[in-house]
Amino acid sequence: MLKKWVPYLLLLPTFIIIGFFIYYPAIMTFKMSAYRVSPFGNKVIYIGLKNFHSLFSSQEYMQVLSTTLIFVAVTVGVGLAISLLIALLLNEKVPGIGVFRTLMFAPYAISPAVAGTLWAFLLSPAAGYISYIFLEFFGIQPQWLTSYPLALVSIMMATIWKNLGFNIIFFLAGIQSIPKSYYEAATIDGANAAKRLFKITIPLVSPVTFYLVIMNIIFTTFSVFGTIDIMTQGGPGSTTTTLIYKLYRDGFVNYRTGLASTESIILLIIMSVFTYIYFKFAQRAVHYQ
Amino acid sequence: MKRRQRKIIRTIVVEIALIAISFVVLMPILLALTMSFKTSGEVFKYPPTIFPNSFYLGNYVRAFQSVHMGRLMLNSTIMALIIMLGKTIFGIFSGYAFSNFKFKGSSVLFALLFITLFMPAEMIMIVPLFEMMKKFHWINTYWALTMPFLASATSTFLMRQHFMTVPKELEDAAKIDGTGPMGFLFRILIPLSKSTIGGVAVINFVYAWNLYLWPLIVTNSDKMKTVQIGLRMLMNVESANDWGVIMAGTLMILAPSLILFFAIQKLFVQGIITTGLKE
Repeated sequence: MLKKWVPYLLLLPTFIIIGFFIYYPAIMTFKMSAYRVSPFGNKVIYIGLKNFHSLFSSQEYMQVLSTTLIFVAVTVGVGLAISLLIALLLNEKVPGIGVFRTLMFAPYAISPAVAGTLWAFLLSPAAGYISYIFLEFFGIQPQWLTSYPLALVSIMMATIWKNLGFNIIFFLAGIQSIPKSYYEAATIDGANAAKRLFKITIPLVSPVTFYLVIMNIIFTTFSVFGTIDIMTQGGPGSTTTTLIYKLYRDGFVNYRTGLASTESIILLIIMSVFTYIYFKFAQRAVHYQ
Repeated sequence: MKRRQRKIIRTIVVEIALIAISFVVLMPILLALTMSFKTSGEVFKYPPTIFPNSFYLGNYVRAFQSVHMGRLMLNSTIMALIIMLGKTIFGIFSGYAFSNFKFKGSSVLFALLFITLFMPAEMIMIVPLFEMMKKFHWINTYWALTMPFLASATSTFLMRQHFMTVPKELEDAAKIDGTGPMGFLFRILIPLSKSTIGGVAVINFVYAWNLYLWPLIVTNSDKMKTVQIGLRMLMNVESANDWGVIMAGTLMILAPSLILFFAIQKLFVQGIITTGLKE
């Protein structure tokens, strides 16, 4: 009867790791935020809620929240639109298409911090090529990294670029899984290229789009940390401080551990909402395939 | 005839568009490359030169020395290899459990694992996780750099997805031959899955090599820092913003993951697609 235990033994290492390093700290987060703020340690839940209240009534935190929202929405929206367009081109049968694909997948391997240094260089006032182009052709010298809202735009550009590889790989796979016969039938019926794009391609890649939207939201919410830390360190002021960057600053620069834990819980709640949405709609989205 | 002409024109237009877009997408890396060969005098020359006047390697030497790049590379390599091995091996085990076994509680366990996809714990729960590391005296050790990352939902799903494509008949045949479940895994399934396992391993290596926030928190001695933190140090050390040096350092740090990506790109792409599309 040893056989019955085989799957559990196989799962053991993975569950030890995630239990210890994901689920246990998640529970601890709740405890810590309450424990830290309570001077007596008895009214744990009440004080925890009060901490939420003080965060949500702080103007700074609301600004960080709206910065994150704008940043994620624009980066994911624009990033996916560009990626879909490039993926459509990469689906064409032209000479050397394999090389083009390989080249445009490349940003996948780039880290958020590398994306940060590369774009900080391109946008730097003295030596950056983008600054040069703006001065030469438009006669203006935008302060990309040190003015609002351009600093946020700079981080958006770096993040969109970094996410291109991942997004294009998935869009291309989605486009290629659409049966050719759909296009042939549509062409016979007299549908032009634009109609085929909007009536066949976009609806049929929607499960991929859905998956990418969720994944991109996670990427842009969290891994952007490296890019922000390299390019602007949250500034100027706190105009490029997102939720994760503020969490880091409160927890490890200002040492306000209790506050940071409460911010963790807020992030946890936000991500739970996305998990719920994913589960709720994933089945419906998969229907298309 | 007219149709053929239109097709040729279309091909040319697409080709030109692809060349142009490839250039734009790769521009940051290409310009970093040319910048890295410029002498500090040429870096700030106006208008900026695209191709460097010299093939100057001093930036690489300086980037290497000013942040102890050798040590950073060593640390990142050790960290990435351990994480890669852990995630891949444990991913094979748990993927196999979910793909080939029916057992009590499998759907609950699967859900518990799936949820972690949305919870990058080293980011969200960073405060208690850091307290844990302090309690264990793991700050500035490879333990802290690797242990929290030894297993993941992603590797499990990738392997599960792949194992599910292996015909059931193979397992039945192995059973008739008297091969146990572990024998089937090691002697038949793993040898059959070499390319997927290779792809998963590379994904995990690149993931670990690119980690930023966690190494930043759990290391403070220069001896234990990793390459990505080296970028932060370079930006601070080269305060005069000598972009030649910073770009040389950036390219050195980017090179291993990029080369690995190009080397086994096919496996890599296959690997990440199977998980996302069918999950």
